[in-house]
Amino acid sequence: MTKHHFGDTAVLLGRSLRHITRSLDTIITTTIMPIAFLLLFVYVFGGAIDTESDSYVNYLLPGILLITIASGISYTAFRLFLDMQSGIFERFQSMPIARSSVLWAHVLTSLVANLISLVVVVAVALLMGFRSGAGVLAWLAVAGILILLTLALTWIAVIPGLTAKSADGASAFSYPLIFLPFISSAFVPTDTMPGPVRAFAENQPVTSIVNAMRDLFTQQPVGTDIWAAVAWCLGILLVAYVLAMRTYRRRIS
Amino acid sequence: MTAQPVPAIRVQGLKKSYQQLPVLRGVDFDVARGSIFALLGSNGAGKTTVVKILSTLLAPDAGTANVAGFDVATQATGVRRSVSLTGQFAAVDEILTGRENLVLVARLRHLKNPGRTADDLLDRFSLTDAGARRVSTYSGGMRRRLDIAMSLIGNPPVIFLDEPTTGLDPQARIDVWQAVKKLAEQGTTVLLTTQYLDEAEQLADRIAILHEGRIIVNGTLAELRQMLPPAKVEYVEKQPTLEEVFLAIVGADGRAGDEARPTVDTDQ
Repeated sequence: MTKHHFGDTAVLLGRSLRHITRSLDTIITTTIMPIAFLLLFVYVFGGAIDTESDSYVNYLLPGILLITIASGISYTAFRLFLDMQSGIFERFQSMPIARSSVLWAHVLTSLVANLISLVVVVAVALLMGFRSGAGVLAWLAVAGILILLTLALTWIAVIPGLTAKSADGASAFSYPLIFLPFISSAFVPTDTMPGPVRAFAENQPVTSIVNAMRDLFTQQPVGTDIWAAVAWCLGILLVAYVLAMRTYRRRIS
Repeated sequence: MTAQPVPAIRVQGLKKSYQQLPVLRGVDFDVARGSIFALLGSNGAGKTTVVKILSTLLAPDAGTANVAGFDVATQATGVRRSVSLTGQFAAVDEILTGRENLVLVARLRHLKNPGRTADDLLDRFSLTDAGARRVSTYSGGMRRRLDIAMSLIGNPPVIFLDEPTTGLDPQARIDVWQAVKKLAEQGTTVLLTTQYLDEAEQLADRIAILHEGRIIVNGTLAELRQMLPPAKVEYVEKQPTLEEVFLAIVGADGRAGDEARPTVDTDQ
């Protein structure tokens, strides 16, 4: 069975990548909200926000990239939900293929789709004046954090994708993830927040992930933030993976 | 009746409940190799549950099931190699083309020449012209034919068809029936669930009626007829059924309907 694992995953990955390339509009759709936030905060609210940063778009972009992923993975859940509904999932499960390759194909497709969305959003930010003097290594580190985060959030998305009763239910889980950056250092520095809110903001994963990327973009020493960011991503990834696999086994028993 | 040495499917004492609701309360039946076996029952009788257990998608609470010599609980891989499932809803990928769907399944079954397999099946199911089109543009009958074609890839010895003609028009139904008959002629064992009595009558070598979680009747059509009140001789004017009228008007073979189509105008 396992000797075909990679081959089967590759065949199924080819299938869902075709879904992406034949409905590129879904990628555009997932980038609309982060781009709208970008425009709104840079051109409307940004002038009134004091970030001690030379340009607000530079300050804002890391948080917007997080929102892009949170919005993108809702489509992963939706695609998985459609497969469950249409019966094609059952067809795959009743065939002599490596069972987990069905899930892995969706997860890798999510990674590809989100990377495309991220490139689109970064391109818009560049048009809006985002600049970074970061070197290749720093960009690679940013990419690494984003990939890790996409994988972690994708495995979270697998759970509603497998269990949802409706298409809305499959994607609704992502709303809290999209709004989590608002109570973090993503849009404004945490200094001005009242005590309990500030405590929450400074100790939730978004802040350390955003701070680490911001430091990488602005060539500041990343300090402990990057390790906290990586630890959060790996922790979420591990827990989500275990829960998703458990849900999967329960669904196909 | 002579006992078959090794039946293609043997089900014994199968039980399954969903939460508190018992769906199967001890189901037993055998299906002989190369035969068509119809599981007849109303909606919710548990037909789909039986098919899901036999195709390793669902674990039974009690009882055993053996398919093509493999136990569904302990030898699931062997079962999956030997069976093919056509579920209640056409399990086709809408975004891919018909040909891509076939190639996909052929690849997943690790066949040597997926492209040729796909082309052969497109031809066999009269889908060659539609092969390059996305499945989302197909009619219900075309989808169902593609669905069955996908199930035949790799020539599995046992095929499960769960309500294969639900929602099809009369012509598409006849197309499916012909495909099923052809399969059995080639030696494939077919387990078919249906709620249409005429479908079981048309196709099945043996018919079992699943009712309230048990098989209450199991026999050939002739045996089943004998259980009913004896045949009476009545003189009835034979009116054509609406189906016969429909098929006569649109062309009985479903394709050459444009030639010699009589015009029916009830106003005259």
